[in-house]
Amino acid sequence: MANSIEIKNVSKSYGNTVALKDISLSVNSGEIFGLIGPDGAGKTTLIRILATLLLPDKGSAVMTNYDVVKDYKKVRSSVGYMPGKFSLYQDLTIEENMQLYATMFGTTVEENYHLVKDIYSQIEPFKKRRAGKLSGGMKQKLALSCSLIHKPEVLLLDEPTTGVDPVSRKELWEMLKKLKNDGVTVFVSTPYMDEASLCDRIALIQAGEILGIDTPESIVNSFDKTLLSINSSDKYKLLNDIRSYEHCNSAFPFGESLHYTDKRTSFDIPQIYEYLRNCGNTNVEIAVIKPAIEDCFMNLMVGE
Amino acid sequence: MKKSNGYSIEVSNLTKKFGDFVAVDSISFQVKKGEIFGFLGANGAGKSTAMRMLCGLLSPTSGEATVGGYDIFSETEKVKRSIGYMSQKFSLYEDLTIGENIEFYGGIYGLSKLQIKEKTEQLLEKFQLTEKRKSLISSLPLGWKQKLAFSVAIVHNPEIVFLDEPTGGVDPITRRQFWELIYEATNSGVTVFVTTHYMDEAEYCDRISMMSEGKIMAIGSPRDLKSEYSSSNVDEIFVKIARGGGK
Repeated sequence: MANSIEIKNVSKSYGNTVALKDISLSVNSGEIFGLIGPDGAGKTTLIRILATLLLPDKGSAVMTNYDVVKDYKKVRSSVGYMPGKFSLYQDLTIEENMQLYATMFGTTVEENYHLVKDIYSQIEPFKKRRAGKLSGGMKQKLALSCSLIHKPEVLLLDEPTTGVDPVSRKELWEMLKKLKNDGVTVFVSTPYMDEASLCDRIALIQAGEILGIDTPESIVNSFDKTLLSINSSDKYKLLNDIRSYEHCNSAFPFGESLHYTDKRTSFDIPQIYEYLRNCGNTNVEIAVIKPAIEDCFMNLMVGE
Repeated sequence: MKKSNGYSIEVSNLTKKFGDFVAVDSISFQVKKGEIFGFLGANGAGKSTAMRMLCGLLSPTSGEATVGGYDIFSETEKVKRSIGYMSQKFSLYEDLTIGENIEFYGGIYGLSKLQIKEKTEQLLEKFQLTEKRKSLISSLPLGWKQKLAFSVAIVHNPEIVFLDEPTGGVDPITRRQFWELIYEATNSGVTVFVTTHYMDEAEYCDRISMMSEGKIMAIGSPRDLKSEYSSSNVDEIFVKIARGGGK
């Protein structure tokens, strides 16, 4: 399958701050690719380079066969971009924003209506309302409609689910899935590790560097240790005690329990149980669990 | 009069109306001393309005509530003195140095000069920032700022600290270090009230409540709620409640 995005050795610094260090990755045509990492990892910088809004210091990026520097005009007509911050005209109505975007790309809302129908029809009843007066979820639907109206092959979305409540988050992912089915390549960044499973492939990014690129399943399968989930009546005591255990490799709070890895390759769970009981922990529960993407991310961060 | 009965926050039928709009609709709950209580809800559910009332910043329309034993109708100044507050959006002053920020908040919270000096040294040492005390806050990574901001919010040993979406966007390891600071604080008796719409933050709380359209729709430990709503995570519970409350 052809690659929609091909990034080779891209680096970018702002003064002394290194935002991206030698990033290389490729995105297949028609997949949902997730760029997953915390604030400050370099996600926005990378997306802006792909959207031709920022020049890389080194390296190259090709979008739908066009170079983001030399052929930036062609890239712009074949790529849709939804920035993290709502950037439409607040004092234009829904309808006017749509017409503006369509006109800028030399098309009309009518011509490409079928592309945005599923999303736009949900806000169309309010088309005379100004963008500034819309709720968060509606703004997002409008921004998405505007970024799709010129029939892009690739859609770049910069943290579309940040600060959005779980219901709207769920709706957004449902919309992305539909776009994928329509043949659009989706490149989406997110700080939420739990959204990894909604992507076909993901890149984990931290401090300007890629920690891993693969399908979510393969990343989880590459976790090379036995992961235990441990509970007790007093989380804080449990955490301090398990960290003092001579075989403790890592122990992190993880919601209601804590996640533990051992230094040894093989070990007995009852032994750990005994140790915790002897330290005075009560209602201790230990279970072997399958790692989540967040466990993998932390494991890779520690390994760096 | 200060009440003391093992609860840091007691709320009964608390209501706030803005004109005809009922932002907070007769909510009732209690938060135990030393508990981590998560206050969840969608944007516009009424979380901020409720929290502003509990912090003594907004006067309720009706109902009753005490925070740290003080009445939020008649003793707002005492309420303010017994709480700490931290939000991700606003915490430390970027154009003051690390040392200046600690001293500034110590002063605001009414500590003596000697206490401020002691606390400043103590915090700088705890975070190994002694050598960076003269650096601007803006030079610190986000995660460090948040850890420091939390410590500053409890610099005056308040009974309760309010955290408004404290850890969104931070890397997973730093985020855990932040929660460990919270556990450390609750272990020494501080009550923590967290508002958030990041559902994975909710999993760290002892108990959570979920608000929708001004009302509290569910309340309990994350574990109990997950079994009550047959969901594998808090996110699913939230979606179920927001879509019409089906269990």
